[in-house]
Amino acid sequence: MTEFSFWDILRNLLLAARWTVVLSLVSFLGGGIVGAGLLFLRIGGRRGLRLLSRGYIQLFQGTPLLMQLFLAFFGLGLFGIDVPAWLAACVALILWTAAFLAEIWRGCVESIAKGQWEASASLGMGYLQQMRYVILPQALKVAVPPTVGFSVQVVKGTALTSIIGFVELSKAGSIVTNATFQPFTVYGLVALIYFALCWPLSKSSQLLERKLNVAHRNH
Amino acid sequence: MTYQFDFGWLIEALPVLLKGIRITVQLILIGAVFGVALGIACAWVRALGPKWLRPVVATYVEMIRNTPFLIQLFFIFFGLPSLGIRMSELTAANLAMIVNLGAYSCEIIRAGIQATPRGQFEAGASLAMTPFQAFWYVVLVPALQRIWPALSSQIVIVMLGSAVVSQIAAEDLTFAANFIQSRNFRAFETYIVSTLIYLALAILLRQLLAGLGWMLFPRKASR
Repeated sequence: MTEFSFWDILRNLLLAARWTVVLSLVSFLGGGIVGAGLLFLRIGGRRGLRLLSRGYIQLFQGTPLLMQLFLAFFGLGLFGIDVPAWLAACVALILWTAAFLAEIWRGCVESIAKGQWEASASLGMGYLQQMRYVILPQALKVAVPPTVGFSVQVVKGTALTSIIGFVELSKAGSIVTNATFQPFTVYGLVALIYFALCWPLSKSSQLLERKLNVAHRNH
Repeated sequence: MTYQFDFGWLIEALPVLLKGIRITVQLILIGAVFGVALGIACAWVRALGPKWLRPVVATYVEMIRNTPFLIQLFFIFFGLPSLGIRMSELTAANLAMIVNLGAYSCEIIRAGIQATPRGQFEAGASLAMTPFQAFWYVVLVPALQRIWPALSSQIVIVMLGSAVVSQIAAEDLTFAANFIQSRNFRAFETYIVSTLIYLALAILLRQLLAGLGWMLFPRKASR
């Protein structure tokens, strides 16, 4: 039997961690774009569209991400698409991220005082102009810390894609465990790598919150 | 698309589904009670507890909050036996949920405690309350009331996250769904049904927690 040194294990896990990073970035960017669309529907659109967006958010926030992954994995196949694990993983994670980001950003937009809407309306601005020049610049500042904070959830969410067979950090952990019979070391290392990815994000979210709050108080 | 949906298997699969639902509900009940209790204990340590214990709790909270639940579960179920600690799938699932919720609820409760003015604690002490009484009645109960919605959301999130315990063969709702779809080859329908059950459970749990909050904290003049 081949012997695996500690460094062999770590090297293999770090190589797989690249896919965790790539998947996180894709989900976060894609989710951000879809989420922005949902946000506009949720706060601006017609009543029907608003309800649709709300239903979407409730559905994705009220069901396990794992189920969404399964549905994407088996559901896309029904359309005759040959579904590789990475495609299902990206689709499910983007849709899931979008629901949460839309809801986070809605809170930020709603935290802007009503008077701002009224003032800009009284200047004869249309909905899009109000958003573009008055509401979003202010909401953006409020939105940065929770958005960075949520990115941690996205990184952790990518771990579930291992269950549908996408080889990222968690899956690599299982594979390496099966080869080395050292679950304690391997999963300990996997946890540490996730921690190294997530902790800087959590910390910067906290720092930003403090910083932007101070700025807010000085106004 | 020419796919024909078929839910005919549903009646036959009902007992398996019900058992899965029962286990999932059981997991979240135990997880919520002990998880929140652990969270309260940790929040007490971080706010008022012995100084040497604080960094320990802080490390625990940060470690759990920055790693995926799946890995925590695998570490407990596959990793701990190397240290001679063995447990059944359900115990491991429960333990992972308690440890996970404990860390998150600690942070949430701590935020509520920090919002309590220090003078209140001193006021409690001046009424001859013991430190424990002052913590319980003056600090904790108002703090819980303040953060109840956030705590409820976190409990729902943990319930949804529990789908993952099927991966260590704990026989929860997701395990039941996997079992059924391996028999009927109707993966999409099976997962739609179980997703809808999860959605119903989440809505129900949210309502239940809202009702519980309403019962525990009868309308008090908000500050």
